[in-house]
Amino acid sequence: MKILPGGVCKAGTTRVNKTGGWRTFKPVYDYEKCIKCKLCELLCPDSSVNPKDDGFFEFDYDFCKGCGICANECPKDAITMVLEEK
Amino acid sequence: MAPENKIDKKKMVVVEGSYAVAHATKVCRPNVISAYPITPQTHIVEDLSQFMADGEIPNCEYINVESEFSALSALVGASAAGARCYSATTSQGLELMHEVLFNISGMRLPVVMTIANRAVSAPISIWNDHQDAISQRDTGWLQLYAENTQEISDMTAQAFKISEDKDILMPSMVCMDGFILSHVYEPIVLLEQDLTDEFLPAFEPDYILDPKNPMSFGAFADPNYYTEFRYLQEQAMQKSLKKIEDVANEFYDVYGRYYGGLIDEYRTDDADIIIMAMGSIIGTIKDVIDKLRDRNVKVGLLKVRSFRPFPAAAIKNALKDAKVVVVLDKNISLGLNEGALFTETKSSLYNTKLDVPIVGYMIGHGGRDIKVDLIEKIIDEAQDVMKTGIKIESQFTDLKEELL
Repeated sequence: MKILPGGVCKAGTTRVNKTGGWRTFKPVYDYEKCIKCKLCELLCPDSSVNPKDDGFFEFDYDFCKGCGICANECPKDAITMVLEEK
Repeated sequence: MAPENKIDKKKMVVVEGSYAVAHATKVCRPNVISAYPITPQTHIVEDLSQFMADGEIPNCEYINVESEFSALSALVGASAAGARCYSATTSQGLELMHEVLFNISGMRLPVVMTIANRAVSAPISIWNDHQDAISQRDTGWLQLYAENTQEISDMTAQAFKISEDKDILMPSMVCMDGFILSHVYEPIVLLEQDLTDEFLPAFEPDYILDPKNPMSFGAFADPNYYTEFRYLQEQAMQKSLKKIEDVANEFYDVYGRYYGGLIDEYRTDDADIIIMAMGSIIGTIKDVIDKLRDRNVKVGLLKVRSFRPFPAAAIKNALKDAKVVVVLDKNISLGLNEGALFTETKSSLYNTKLDVPIVGYMIGHGGRDIKVDLIEKIIDEAQDVMKTGIKIESQFTDLKEELL
């Protein structure tokens, strides 16, 4: 890879630069409580909530930074923030 | 030898320095002008605004902003989108732009900005010195200093050509002394439209902001990459050393006018004493030199046109036969008691075989007049340095002891 003067780069390069390692707490679904309202998908600032074939959602831990907005906004408390452990 | 200036007197008109700059900018066909009025730069943007209102600048957007920070920020986007961009400011306005100066340079956007050099507050002063631009030395902008209104007008076109060169892509400050040049009426040849269309090619960058082909500019660089971006900026600055010379010569070929490239010399051939300076003070020094040469004082002038990039090799070559060098600075680095040109000239000669005494004078702070007899006194003192060596390395000039 060569850098271009001025830090010019094509769009979409953040896919290569995985930022999930910044996380302290990770969100975990309780699918028993989830009503598929999509609020978590809508509000995620990092597009790290992806739909699954069955209508539920899953987190993309490569990019989720653990901000907790999804857990805070979930109307059914179906998302828990769990401390990351090594 | 410097080529002879061929100025066509029939083409000369008497205009204000600010008008000359505004007219030159118009002739360079800018696409976006964004500026905020501040004394003594205001007449430039007023004249440009008038040109816009009269429909004289086609294909151009004039953006009224609420501060200098916004003025330059607007040009970040505009320049990245491929527009030829221009602004003008001075003093506190330039200092308010500080953060954006780094962004423009780091994103390699060839914006050209006129600086009507003025002292900085406090205490408030609207008059000329070079502290404003010198304080922005390390922001990655080329800094060119003009001697008179003809030069600042022509330098505007040169700056666009240098900055927009694909090997350079660095922004330029074209510096003129506030009031002394910005508000003076002199006979000059206004920048010619037909010749400028020949001299200055259209700005066609390889990468632009375009929704059809999305790109990021000035993207995040972690410690694995940041160093290389800085290296590329410095490399561009080094390349611009030659480019400034080339463009000055190309300008001469097209227009017949020449003011030096990186530097210019005046009666230095057999000079024992060489005075170095930048800006409008050059004219006064030339008059003093003519007077003293009649009395057989061997004194010459080294005019520094480019402060960034710093022309270390050219300066060293010009000083190689001097017996004493005097550097005049309209600025001070507080805490070092030296002006920037003095410090940098000394530093560029260290680790070389050239061992010539150099003394510095800080002069003309806050617009204090620099008179002929003051320069004569400095040259007298330089003659003493030749005989007895340096007594005071760097000092304030024309200090009023009775006020202290």
